[in-house]
Amino acid sequence: MKAEFYDFYCLSEMASVLRFRKLCYVESAVKCTSVGYESFEIDEKLDKKEEDVLSANNFALEINKKRKQPKRQPKEWRCLDSCCWIIGYLCTTWWLLLFFYHCFPVTLLRVPELPGPGVRLKLEGLTALHPVVLVPGIVTGGLELWEGRPCADGLFRKRLWGGGSFTQIFKRPLCLLEHLSLHYETGLDPQGIRVRAVPGLVGADYFAPGYFVWAVLIENLAKIGYEGKNLHMAAYDWRLSFQNTEIRDHALTRLKSKIELMYISNGYKKVVAVPHSMGVIYFLHFLKWVETPPPMGGGGGPGWCAKHIKAVMNIGPAFLGVPKAVSNLFSAEGKDVSYIRAMAPGVFNSEILGLQTFERVMRMARTWDSIVSLLPKGGEVIWGNMDRSPEEGHVCDFSKKSHSKTSLTTNNVNNSDLKRGFLVKDLANYGRIISFGKPASILHSSKLPTSDSKVFSRTSTSENFNNFSCGEAWTEYDEMSRQSIQNVAADKAYTTTTLLDLLRFVAPKMMRRAEAHFSHGIAENLDDPKYNHYKYWSNPLETKLSDAPDMEIYCMYGVGIPTERSYVYKLSPNSRCKSIPYQIDNSVHGEDGSCLKGGVYFADGDESVPVLSAGFMCAKGWRGRTRFNPSGIATYIREYRHKPPTSLMEGRGIESGSHVDIMGNFALIEDIMRVASGATGDEIGGDQIHSDIIKMSERINLGL
Amino acid sequence: MSSLRRRKPINESSDSKHKAEEEDEDHDDVDADGDDDVNGKNKKTPSKIKKKRGEKPPKQPKWSCMDTCCWFIGCICITWWLLLFLYNAMPASFPQYVTEAITGPLPDPPGVKLKKEGLEAKHPVVFVPGIVTGGLELWEGRECAEGLFRKRLWGGTFGEVYKRPLCWVEHMSLDNETGLDPCGIRVRPVSGLVAADYFAPGYFVWAVLIANLARIGYEDKTMYMAAYDWRLSFQNTEVRDQTLSRIKSNIELLVATNGGRKVVVIPHSMGVLYFLHFMKWVEAPAPMGGGGGPDWCSKHIKAVVNIGGPFLGVPKAIAGLFSAEAKDIAVARALAPGFLDNDIFQFQTLQHVMRMSRTWDSTMSMIPRGGNTIWGGLDWSPEEGNSCAKKREKKNETQIADQAGSENAVCKAKSANYGRIISFGKDVAEAPSSDIERIDFRGAIKGHSAANTTCRDVWTEYHDMGFAGIKAVAEYKTYTADSLVDLLHFVAPKMMARGTAHFSYGVADNLDDPKYKHYKYWSNPLETRLPNAPDMEIYSLYGVGLPTERAYVYKLSPHAECSIPFKIDTSADDEDTCLRDGVYSVDGDETVPVLSAGFMCAKGWRGKTRFNPSGIRTYIREYNHLPPANLLEGRGTLSGAHVDIMGNFALIEDVIRIAAGASGEELGGDQVYSKIFNWSENINLQLDEEIPVHSSS
Repeated sequence: MKAEFYDFYCLSEMASVLRFRKLCYVESAVKCTSVGYESFEIDEKLDKKEEDVLSANNFALEINKKRKQPKRQPKEWRCLDSCCWIIGYLCTTWWLLLFFYHCFPVTLLRVPELPGPGVRLKLEGLTALHPVVLVPGIVTGGLELWEGRPCADGLFRKRLWGGGSFTQIFKRPLCLLEHLSLHYETGLDPQGIRVRAVPGLVGADYFAPGYFVWAVLIENLAKIGYEGKNLHMAAYDWRLSFQNTEIRDHALTRLKSKIELMYISNGYKKVVAVPHSMGVIYFLHFLKWVETPPPMGGGGGPGWCAKHIKAVMNIGPAFLGVPKAVSNLFSAEGKDVSYIRAMAPGVFNSEILGLQTFERVMRMARTWDSIVSLLPKGGEVIWGNMDRSPEEGHVCDFSKKSHSKTSLTTNNVNNSDLKRGFLVKDLANYGRIISFGKPASILHSSKLPTSDSKVFSRTSTSENFNNFSCGEAWTEYDEMSRQSIQNVAADKAYTTTTLLDLLRFVAPKMMRRAEAHFSHGIAENLDDPKYNHYKYWSNPLETKLSDAPDMEIYCMYGVGIPTERSYVYKLSPNSRCKSIPYQIDNSVHGEDGSCLKGGVYFADGDESVPVLSAGFMCAKGWRGRTRFNPSGIATYIREYRHKPPTSLMEGRGIESGSHVDIMGNFALIEDIMRVASGATGDEIGGDQIHSDIIKMSERINLGL
Repeated sequence: MSSLRRRKPINESSDSKHKAEEEDEDHDDVDADGDDDVNGKNKKTPSKIKKKRGEKPPKQPKWSCMDTCCWFIGCICITWWLLLFLYNAMPASFPQYVTEAITGPLPDPPGVKLKKEGLEAKHPVVFVPGIVTGGLELWEGRECAEGLFRKRLWGGTFGEVYKRPLCWVEHMSLDNETGLDPCGIRVRPVSGLVAADYFAPGYFVWAVLIANLARIGYEDKTMYMAAYDWRLSFQNTEVRDQTLSRIKSNIELLVATNGGRKVVVIPHSMGVLYFLHFMKWVEAPAPMGGGGGPDWCSKHIKAVVNIGGPFLGVPKAIAGLFSAEAKDIAVARALAPGFLDNDIFQFQTLQHVMRMSRTWDSTMSMIPRGGNTIWGGLDWSPEEGNSCAKKREKKNETQIADQAGSENAVCKAKSANYGRIISFGKDVAEAPSSDIERIDFRGAIKGHSAANTTCRDVWTEYHDMGFAGIKAVAEYKTYTADSLVDLLHFVAPKMMARGTAHFSYGVADNLDDPKYKHYKYWSNPLETRLPNAPDMEIYSLYGVGLPTERAYVYKLSPHAECSIPFKIDTSADDEDTCLRDGVYSVDGDETVPVLSAGFMCAKGWRGKTRFNPSGIRTYIREYNHLPPANLLEGRGTLSGAHVDIMGNFALIEDVIRIAAGASGEELGGDQVYSKIFNWSENINLQLDEEIPVHSSS
């Protein structure tokens, strides 16, 4: 619009300007030729010509100049002049094209889009029946500013995160970091800053312009008649721990009231909840919260879920946590947790934040309790110990196919020196979620040094002089002495259980704060009254599902993409002040067929959540009547095999299985729509399994 | 182009040498190119220049029009980018510095000021937007609206109006019979605070108030925008969208999550009537109402702070429905005055707009209520004796000052007959009632006009009337508030049939009559009782000091073929009786006359009356309009205009104080600049419950 308007403006200006310039043209032409003649007589031949041509070319610009001028002047002018000229041409063409673009009928330029499942299902006669509640995951929800420091002037009720462009991040990065951080001790707002979740569907329909999250699903649901009154986005501040969203924003109460309202105003039709990613455990928390009596819970009474909820359709569920969260908390390095990394890979490595991007980001991320909720749950029983893991024997051929271009080149370089000494084909020991050095990740546990990880002593915090010299951008690493940093690395390998000890050691304050809200264990006895505390509610291994035998739980996730499962770390080479002392050892690669690449062991999953975490509860933990599912709620696994988009026109693909892009997967959307319009799990085809999830679950020895 | 043509002769005649020169130059170039190889190694710089030279000359002839254009555009682009860059690099507070440098230090916004006083968020706040200001978005549409899914059709940039106007009109219209969605089109209100914070970019509605409330600690969990589809009749918002249920549930939630503190409701414009409807609805039993029980309001509502409330309707609505001509109804008109009169709809803009707005039931909620009792008869009106001199004094910058003295005398002698809301011809408007010959139009036969077939899709009900009907309307000469409703029934029977199912415009004789349990009476303050909530407070906040449309002088439209047959007679002017451009104006906020905004709080509900049996306290807060002192102030911080008053600092301060817990007395009770109390005295309305039968006489 602006361009068009501007174009118009220019054109109208043009006429008058031309008239003016014409006069100048004539006048200066006379001027210039005379200058040319003078120089011809005085100077040598070449100079004359130069001057001559130049003046002929540029007489238009000599309007403002005096008759006698230095010879070099015209040269300068010519450069600027032709710049203007070129830009002028570019702009004009651009506007012309833009104009044509707008003139074209809308349909002509439209990418030949496949009609979404919404259109087809509408023809089949599906209509909106059950109200739908969408629960966004971590990072994808928008955040806006309600009160801020002076540096955030003019951003009132503007998005700080998500939705719009992230221009503010580039404009005032430190200010943004300050506002997005929470208080390190309380995990709530810092003094004088109020950042709140954006409510409504706009809260998480697009993460960035053109990068959809829920938009495709919403659009398809609308096709069969969904609209504001039966479609609700349960936006919450994803930085907070789940119970804190209630304490600060009453987010859970709002969700409860909203569900009740939709239930009543849509003719007493139960609600279909569609949580995504971290929203899955948030909703799990909600289900427990809502039936718990008031001081701590929502006081909905024991029948609330049975009465109000038809199905919970978990997309890309992170039930048992994601290993990514580990690397994120440990060294701010996981490929995402925050998707921005994928979106703007340069940001963190560039110097806009003054060389300390990682440290600052880590400091920010560590104030977010919610990340801790994503740490792997269930310890060694689920994730495997030093020598075994449920995914044992997983072959990573698939990863080589899709990534062959990049991996082949890197492998060739590294294979020669890495292969030596390892005759055994390195089977990934996924159980060792963090190992220091490749050997530690491969050798049998008996060969590893057996320093006891539990006797970490946080030695001499006070002795650490770094603390004083290192300005304000501290992370808790700055409080650790060199010695203890070395000790951590000396321990060589950590499993999920010891990992928690490790994190408690390197970031005691954060873990103390966060562990008041989350628990990562397995319950021995679910009737123990301690499990009434809210910190257990979001851990499926420490809560019972509510008593709602008619409810259905779906686990819908993508498979066929290598997903981070465990890491090979090294000590950071530059031990300068304020840096993070550990980093993923990018140089470690496995042989062909191994799942180790760039210091990361991969397993099957949707790029963020391993199959194990997404599917185990539905495949085994809750299947049938178990102690976690006393009322025998039906569970269904729906896996979607990842197929990369076949052409550029498809955008992010309609058959994608990756963590966020799966929200645009037509098969998944169709399933959701069918359930929303009344189908049961058996009607849409029951389980649909491509991965080894059943086999993996078999290997997990969990008392049910 | 003309300049180019002129250039050549001048060039040739004045300077034939130059031409020869150019030829010479071309010749030299051939030489120079030949020399290049020889000289190139020895002298680097000259050869470089020569190469350039070799390229340039062919361009030279072209370096005229196109190149100059491009050069010029390039220059402008660069400057533009530079400025843009500077603008972006500029600290955010810079404009404020400039403003302060010019106007002196700005007063603290009320939020900042009151925060310093120590006020804190206390009662949750509910906003109820008025007509037109709420955003609407598309959920399902025809093919022509492809790609607009969940994009705003109303509010926001209005870009689509210009791009595909007919498509837009089609989607904004409702079904002519039902007043609900047409088949295959679903347009829904935007929800959340964004629904009505800005109407168009930069044109705030609620934004300033929200920003100031946020200063003292309000945020999403303590504020709620009760967005509804303002095109629908009030009860239909519940039928179609369950909007009333949502508002109820949200208010209950706000009260529950804020420690049992009652909400402060802030309706604006038509939202006032909507909320009146809501208060009745919520306490009415379930099938028709919300089933909240008889004490719902007293349990959940602390105060209703009505801003610019058209309790008794606005005369503008008449002009809007009758001839689509009132200065607004649609604020859009004020925003883009050229828009409705230009040709984008092929000469039929007004008909299209009329057809669209006549499908909106809500416009009928604004028809003046209370009939002649409130709005005056043929020969009297409550505003009688209102002189325009007062207003003119204020505006004497633009008008000739010396008139003022003499006019005061004339004004008293000759007063406008405001009661005649529509008159045909200026003489009719001024003549005493005995002189007017009126032929009753009600029985007139509507002829079938040929126009019906030729006017294709642009269909207003006027085409069913025929010339006989139109003539009959004009013959009746003048209409008061009572006969107006009949008139509208006559000219637009279908629309009014729809409208009267949802709204009523009378005065109740006996409020105990069971018929008043029907929802169509709920939004009429003269036909309902306020809820039983003695602790509640009702405020009426509105601007005064602006001339506001009150009555119209009409004429028959000259070409009656496919157009609207009636037109405001813009040639009718009378300095003495406040008649300008065919419109009689009185004091008000530019849209709502003082009478409509203030009467209920000044008299109808004051004390214990039959409309207010529990004696809810009422307060009137008027704000005298002062235009912005200079351009930098934007729409002014002292404005009293209907929408701009939402940025009035005094009003915002009052609202914040109420939200922070102050009562009406603590604010200072009534604050009155107009003659509302005098005018209310003139209205003879029965207020005592005891003798209902008597009042009918």
